[in-house]
Amino acid sequence: MDIFTPDVIAIIWSVVKALIILFGVVLVAAFLSFVERRMLALWQDRYGPNRAGPFGLLQLPADMIKMFFKEDWTPPFVDKLTFWLAPAIAMSGLLLSFAIVPIIPGWVASDLDVGLLFFFAMAGIAVYAVMFGGWSSNNKYALLGGIRATAQTVSYEVFMGLSLMGVVAITGSFNMTDIVNAQKGCWFVFPQILGFLTFAVAGIAVTHRSPFDAPEAEQDLAAGYHTEYSGLKWGMFFVGEYIGVVLISSLITVLFFGGWLPPFEVLSFIPPFFWFATKTAFFIMMFILIRAALPRPRYDQIMDFGWRICLPITLVNLVATAAIVLWLNQSAA
Amino acid sequence: MGTALAFYFAAAIALIASVRVITNTNPVHALLYLVISLLAVAMIFFSLGAPFAATLEMIVYAGAIMVLFVFVVMILNLGSVIDDQERRWLSPRAWIGPTVLSLGLFVELIYTIKPTMETFIEITKVGPKEVGIALFGPYVLAVELASMLLLAAMVAAWHLGRDADKDDKGKKNA
Repeated sequence: MDIFTPDVIAIIWSVVKALIILFGVVLVAAFLSFVERRMLALWQDRYGPNRAGPFGLLQLPADMIKMFFKEDWTPPFVDKLTFWLAPAIAMSGLLLSFAIVPIIPGWVASDLDVGLLFFFAMAGIAVYAVMFGGWSSNNKYALLGGIRATAQTVSYEVFMGLSLMGVVAITGSFNMTDIVNAQKGCWFVFPQILGFLTFAVAGIAVTHRSPFDAPEAEQDLAAGYHTEYSGLKWGMFFVGEYIGVVLISSLITVLFFGGWLPPFEVLSFIPPFFWFATKTAFFIMMFILIRAALPRPRYDQIMDFGWRICLPITLVNLVATAAIVLWLNQSAA
Repeated sequence: MGTALAFYFAAAIALIASVRVITNTNPVHALLYLVISLLAVAMIFFSLGAPFAATLEMIVYAGAIMVLFVFVVMILNLGSVIDDQERRWLSPRAWIGPTVLSLGLFVELIYTIKPTMETFIEITKVGPKEVGIALFGPYVLAVELASMLLLAAMVAAWHLGRDADKDDKGKKNA
């Protein structure tokens, strides 16, 4: 009976850690649907959902019960394979990216050498959710939403990758844990302010959050690519969007704001999880505040902004960072 | 053992998916299988110790090129007419001949490169750094040529896609 060798126990422990991270992320993402409505209401001087339970905290279970028991209708005119596949991709694509996000030292589901690239790969796969959702619905609004979403996501992913290359150049590694450890002296937001700004913009656009939510603009496209979805499948799109918000917030934290590191050495007695959670929560709140504050630009303005402003900025940022890194290395040697 | 198992599993998926790309009558479903096939190839790279090539395969092929393919097919709005046409073209009479012939070539290929039982997959880990050093060391000329080609393609695409009316208006106002 020697099944539980140290190796096996280590494997089980890492699986358990990965599962805890997974369920934590899904729970936080689902809970955000309530938090977002309450925060939006607060900023717009109204109450928001405050009836179910204390402070409306039971709104989320109520919503979930409603969604589970709603008829999950597949319209007869849709393309069934892709119609059913799209919500699964929407939820799992960005959820898988959490495998590379280091929560605290040692708490990362997969400490890949190519960690950051894995996130780009998953973000690239996640595009298929809106594409297939829009196309399979066999409906012109859904198709238009899908086309908008695809063009927008592909365009913004181009410089989302470039905006992070400055961070990679300074660290000299794609590994997320290395990136956090390289920020011990100075958070990357200061030398990489342009990278941070463009990554934040691209992050909002890739998750189709307002003000970059032209793919699901109610006024001109009904609900865009998920017009034909109902019940649990729609819920998966919905939760998928919040997972994207949590993911981008945690990535901003890890890549630009030192992850689990405290802002000052004096404060290092506070556990690292507190810092990670606080910073991530702050950026989630910024996501919601941006939705409350900014109007939605026209679709061609979104594309123009991406290609003509953000892409050149990220290119200049990358070249300048690379030049400075080379120059410093040379003078050090 | 583990890596060999992962390799053969991913290879089997890649093969099945590639066959489905050809035999599927619906263009979007065929492209979906092509995406799966590319992901399986990325998995093969992973199992052989080339994580950088694997992620690039996913980002560039599955995440960008195939997205554009699906995008174009979506805009074309082909519908069920294409399905019927494909079904007619894919009659056994059309594919049996070439299949038998290429099967002969396949057997010959296996015979030529047939591994002995002592052949093992050798795993050398190739990370981003090694790839970068190779690209900008011995292969720098190829990289420069490829970048020039891409620049030409980009200029051409910009020329084709520019809004002529908008440009004229700008000139009048200026």
